[in-house]
Amino acid sequence: MSTVTQPHAPPKETAHHDHVATRGSTSLSTFLSTYVFSKDHKVIGLQFLFSTLVWFLIGGLLALAVRWQVAWPWSDVPVLGKLFAQHGGQMAPEFYTMLFTMHASVMIFLVIIPILAGAFGNFLIPLMIGADDMAFPTLNMLSYWFMWPAFFFFGASFFVEGGAAAGGWTSYPPLSTSTVSAPGSGMGQTLWLLGLTMVGVSSMLGSVNYMTTIILMRAPGMTMFRLPMTIWAMFITAILQAFALPVLTAAGFMQLTDRLIGTGFFSPEGNIINNAMSGAGGGQPLLWQHLFWFYSHPAVYIMILPAMGMVSDILTTFARKPLFGYRPMVYSIAGIAGLGFIVWGHHMFISGMNPALGVTFMVATMMIALPSAVKTFNWLGTIWGGRIHYTTAMLFAISFVSMFIIGGLSGIFMAATPVDIFIHDTYFIVAHFHYVLFAGTAMGVWSGIYFWFPKMFGRTMNEFWGKVHFFLTFIFLNGTFFTMHILGAVGFPRRLADAYHYETFHHLQPLNAFMTWCAMGMVATQIIFAINFFWSMFRGPIAGRNPWNANTLEWTAPSPPGHGNFDFQPVVYRGPYEYSVPGCEKDHLMQTDPPHPAEAAAAAAAHA
Amino acid sequence: MDHDNRDRNAGSGGSPPGKIPGDTWADGLPKGRRWSGIAWSLLFLLVPVLGSAVFIVAPYYDHWLPKDVSVHGKSIDGLFYFILVLTGVVFLATELILFWFMWKYDAAASSKPATYIHGSHTLEVVWTIIPAATMLFLAIYQMNTWADVKMRRPRMAPSVEVVARQFEWRLRYPGRDETLGTEDDLFVVNDLHVPIDEDFLVQLKSMDVLHSFFLPNLRVKQDAVPGMKQPVWFKATETGTYDIVCAEVCGWGHYKMKGRVTVESRADFDRWLARIEAEQKATQRGPEEIPVAAAD
Repeated sequence: MSTVTQPHAPPKETAHHDHVATRGSTSLSTFLSTYVFSKDHKVIGLQFLFSTLVWFLIGGLLALAVRWQVAWPWSDVPVLGKLFAQHGGQMAPEFYTMLFTMHASVMIFLVIIPILAGAFGNFLIPLMIGADDMAFPTLNMLSYWFMWPAFFFFGASFFVEGGAAAGGWTSYPPLSTSTVSAPGSGMGQTLWLLGLTMVGVSSMLGSVNYMTTIILMRAPGMTMFRLPMTIWAMFITAILQAFALPVLTAAGFMQLTDRLIGTGFFSPEGNIINNAMSGAGGGQPLLWQHLFWFYSHPAVYIMILPAMGMVSDILTTFARKPLFGYRPMVYSIAGIAGLGFIVWGHHMFISGMNPALGVTFMVATMMIALPSAVKTFNWLGTIWGGRIHYTTAMLFAISFVSMFIIGGLSGIFMAATPVDIFIHDTYFIVAHFHYVLFAGTAMGVWSGIYFWFPKMFGRTMNEFWGKVHFFLTFIFLNGTFFTMHILGAVGFPRRLADAYHYETFHHLQPLNAFMTWCAMGMVATQIIFAINFFWSMFRGPIAGRNPWNANTLEWTAPSPPGHGNFDFQPVVYRGPYEYSVPGCEKDHLMQTDPPHPAEAAAAAAAHA
Repeated sequence: MDHDNRDRNAGSGGSPPGKIPGDTWADGLPKGRRWSGIAWSLLFLLVPVLGSAVFIVAPYYDHWLPKDVSVHGKSIDGLFYFILVLTGVVFLATELILFWFMWKYDAAASSKPATYIHGSHTLEVVWTIIPAATMLFLAIYQMNTWADVKMRRPRMAPSVEVVARQFEWRLRYPGRDETLGTEDDLFVVNDLHVPIDEDFLVQLKSMDVLHSFFLPNLRVKQDAVPGMKQPVWFKATETGTYDIVCAEVCGWGHYKMKGRVTVESRADFDRWLARIEAEQKATQRGPEEIPVAAAD
């Protein structure tokens, strides 16, 4: 298990006895232990990747259905309308509230969080720190298998009476705690809470594993400040998850008991919903908001920090240049994570929370813009003076920076409490978090997929179709999301099945129709990605160990790495970003390359 | 330079090098064309160009902040424009720099090796302190507006009580005795009337789930929380009839939880109140029997 071995140790025979044990038994049990109940971090990572990509597709289709209703309210939904067959394909308003609730829930809990931590975290952490696997392989396997109850609960909730949860992904009580408040607040909401709990268990198992692995299993010579940014980001993300998640899990259970056994944590005395008395009373709806956002605001960073780390590594690789300001980059991630715990109240400026408290949260929120700005400037510094290669991975990484600037700056509007009064719960917010989460994280994820695909499958993805995929996604995403800022400026509210009967908003339909066309284009574009992905898995050009001439440890392993990852003991001599060292005959010094005279000279020159 | 490919996996025990079709640069990565570097940088130039164009054009097509008819709205809008200019400058500067670096440092544009630099302490300090000072200024600068809108409640009895429920706004005016909860209270649904140029204090409650009392033209938004009383105040500056929108999802009928607010002169307002009073007396009904569009 341990990688603490002598430097230059001979290649390992085997890393895992369980692998050997299954050899020779029936092919079915070999198949099951290798691909299904595998304890290999790479297989688990890929299991997470495939599952989350399937849910990404489902979440995307839910988004299209939402966009359809927003653009052309009450008109028959083509194709899918037949499936839910309400009034000949017309969408009912309660169906619409279910759609946006489940779109957000699926995207956040079943796509973004597990694809970053589960897929990339699992696949990359042992490889990038030079370990043969995670510290707790069984726990790791369980972290994936605990996602399946969540998949089941979320998936099944669409088919129960009343449909899936319809109280928004924030699930604010009393709408969510009262079983009579809305059609989706029956069984669907209970299943939603159970699913959420399972996602929490999975994340918790993962984060314990990631922290332990990164602290204990680094290869010889791999000091903390020689870790690639991806690993730093995963490490801090794991800490965030471990400390924030218990609060959400507890809150989820409180909401469950409110619903199932009539406790009154979140419903006040004498509440009458839909002409029925609700619950025991004595609770406080705002309590849920505090507990929910105490997790879900740090979760916002759980949803972006790993992408920031991956993008940092990819930018340096294709700019052939050391990362600008490595330590400031690490400190700013830590700063974002630390401040991330004291800004949750900015979701509650107009919730009825004491406005004086809002001032405190506003100042903390303004300050969290600072490490984000530092990161952006350092990314720009990284490509300055570089030799940029426009690969698909690089284009997605650059677009992450470009789009994160928009998403970061628009956040300042809502951090300003008085402005938030007007734009809160409008499309301005929707624009902001889609720029961070879709135009940021999702683009970072694609960048990571194109970049690490050779390591995952031993083959490279098609660059031409990758660029077509990038170009169309980039155009359509801006067409869809940039215009949302304008809707928000008019005050166009979120989550309305039809807002055009309001005098203030009646003229916004053409703009919404344009955005829906762009959204359809964006989803259709992903067909290119899917074909490229599967075609390249089997037919792409063989990649070799290090197709991008990158420096980090995973590129010294075979592609794809076998069980136990490395066929030699990696020993680390330097940080991950030694590109273009003057006087060195090759333009990159890998972390495992023995010390080179040119680097000492270059270091001396740099500090002179 | 020929050694690059051979040595790329030093330390890995000599493995087959990556196979990449086509020509490669000295660093072993495939050669790009200059025109493609130009094309990609121009694509990213579109971000600041079209991005600012959208914000410049939108107001001309009435896709912009709705007309403001309140005193607070002036300072909220002022702050919005201030942040818009501030972020607009940063947006243009960073996106243009990104474009310029992409254009200039394309591997196909020059044969110079990349600059070997790990960062700059001075630059880090500069680009930490300047944003920090700016954000701190912004934080302090806006506090007064926030206090005006949400903390410095005018010393007066509530002008009206607004009770939100699925999916309507129930309004209760205090009547002649100017006290809520007495026999002469006047009940209205979804039709808020407000005298112009006077402080107006709403006592906001919810009967069932969360709602949000959103008056776009008055730049007012406040969640209604069951079990709590929220004070909301504003001063309207222009007569007319405007929307009341529910901005917090409250169930299937959320989209149609619509009311209207009429800003009128004091005389008109009093006349309207008198008419409501007369109607209420004529029907001789108490509050519980007011015919309303029920939730179902």
